[in-house]
Amino acid sequence: MLKDITIGQYFPGKSIIHRLDPRIKIILIVAFIVMLFIADTFFGLGVGMVFVLGAFLLSGIPFKMMLKSLKPLMPLLIFTGLLNLLFIRTGDVLFKWKFLIITKLGVTTAAFMIIRIVALIIGSSLLTYTTSPIQLTDAIERLFSPLKVIKVPVHELAMMMTIALRFIPTLIEDTDKIMSAQKARGADMETGSIIKRAKALVPIFVPLIVSSFRRAVELALAMECRCYHGGEGRTRLKQLKTSFRDYAAIFVTAVFITGVVFADKINFFI
Amino acid sequence: MPIIKTEGLTYVYGEGTPFCKTAVDNVDLEIDEGELVGIIGHTGSGKSTLIQHFNGLLKPTSGKVFIDGEQLWKDKSRLRDIRFKVGLVFQYPEYQLFEESVYKDIAFGPKNMGLSDSEIDKRVRESMRMVGLSEDIMEKSPFELSGGQKRRAAIAGVMAMDPKVLILDEPASGLDPKGRDAILAQIREYHQQKKNTVMMVSHSMEDIAKHTTKILVMNKAKVFCYDTPVNVFHRSKELEQMGLAVPQITRVFNRLKAAGVPIEDDVYTVEFGKKLIMRLLENR
Ligand SMILES: Nc1ncnc2c1ncn2[C@@H]1O[C@H](COP(=O)(O)OP(=O)(O)OP(=O)(O)O)[C@@H](O)[C@H]1O
Ligand SMILES: [Mg+2]
Repeated sequence: MLKDITIGQYFPGKSIIHRLDPRIKIILIVAFIVMLFIADTFFGLGVGMVFVLGAFLLSGIPFKMMLKSLKPLMPLLIFTGLLNLLFIRTGDVLFKWKFLIITKLGVTTAAFMIIRIVALIIGSSLLTYTTSPIQLTDAIERLFSPLKVIKVPVHELAMMMTIALRFIPTLIEDTDKIMSAQKARGADMETGSIIKRAKALVPIFVPLIVSSFRRAVELALAMECRCYHGGEGRTRLKQLKTSFRDYAAIFVTAVFITGVVFADKINFFI
Repeated sequence: MPIIKTEGLTYVYGEGTPFCKTAVDNVDLEIDEGELVGIIGHTGSGKSTLIQHFNGLLKPTSGKVFIDGEQLWKDKSRLRDIRFKVGLVFQYPEYQLFEESVYKDIAFGPKNMGLSDSEIDKRVRESMRMVGLSEDIMEKSPFELSGGQKRRAAIAGVMAMDPKVLILDEPASGLDPKGRDAILAQIREYHQQKKNTVMMVSHSMEDIAKHTTKILVMNKAKVFCYDTPVNVFHRSKELEQMGLAVPQITRVFNRLKAAGVPIEDDVYTVEFGKKLIMRLLENR
């Protein structure tokens, strides 16, 4: 059950996508999202799709993982689709039954929205699949570091994010262990009324909170023992470097953005 | 009929992902009632994974587990009863304490079994005595106890369910030598009094040699052997090749043997070694 959570699930690899500078990767994903939103036509979206699917192929991430990242957002997709399908009432009527009216415009808008969201999810999951959480926060810290000028504690925020990301799997593991231990003592979390089930969570939450606090204290101590004192004058083990492949990636993305714009134009002519 | 039996038991973590890992590989095992089994093996050899199959916490990827002749996972609604029959104490069990008093925490298991209050009371007191906790800490919060006391309270919480099989995962880890010896002696006493089956995972060959009637050696997800201590330590060469230290005393006697001292038996406890030396000295 808990194993299915895939927040920030990193998929180690050595593909060109993995090796891109994470800062560039984040910027390019933002560019990709912009690309999706300037696309007004199916042609434009198609170009965006080709872009993201091509990147996926290059990354060597199994196709299965892409579907897995879509699964939890299925309800959202269905909801968006239905909303557009049922509530757009202009255009040629395709189908009518009592108060239900489905129009051609409704169908195309629904399809358009769904494709757009799917592309969005694929793009962002590609980022988390190919970038380790550490790289990601590092890149975010760097990208936002100009904000330090206006006294935004960028380094501290990034460190908090790193710690949070680092401890998600640990907390999941803790929860799993505590649940097993209480189940071994006959705790029953699956049957009974809602109140009974809520009560059954006490034996899980109390030890979990206790252990999170213990971990937090230990971590704080460990950081202090290693003389951590914030971002001032701190150097890095892994320097972020932009190289030829990053410029190539920027170029390809620029080409595709132009492609989207032109694809939309073509659509007007035919 | 063996109390625990496995057939071709295999467990794979994260099946179908690139991180998949076979933690238990095709294990056939028969454990008879009344044994005190020590489980030993390198870190990551699959000990903890194996024992979590015995009370149905993990579902085998393939293979079968029988407890008291009953196949697990055939009927999921029976699992809870199996868990009362096979009590499992996890590694660092003190992290599972949650109640406001020690008494209530130990009573959690028996309460889940649906026992009467008087029976629960009897069991809580008995198991506290068994692990050597005095009754005046009963009303204390478990979080106020010392590390060793917490450990004992958590073990008592499982003992109080009076399981037919008691399994402990590294019950002595992280304790000082005195605390370790005390807890292990209490486990042995529990075994002698109850005549139950007890299994415990340990990293210390000394502890295992001193306390158990059978030893299960795990190596790289497989069972290397399951036999009496004498027979297991007879294979001390192979154990050392696997990177498992045999008890110090066995090493000493192996050296003596190599140096030409006439010793026939395998020695794995200090007491027995002492007896042998005394005999040798007398016969000289
Ligand atoms: N929840 C899990 N998810 C994925 N892999 C796991 C998980 N738990 C254990 N493993 C892997 O399974 C293998 C066996 O682990 P297990 O905990 O059973 O070993 P162990 O013999 O108990 O080791 P130790 O002596 O360190 O407690 C290890 O390689 C471990 O990395
Ligand atoms: Mg273990």
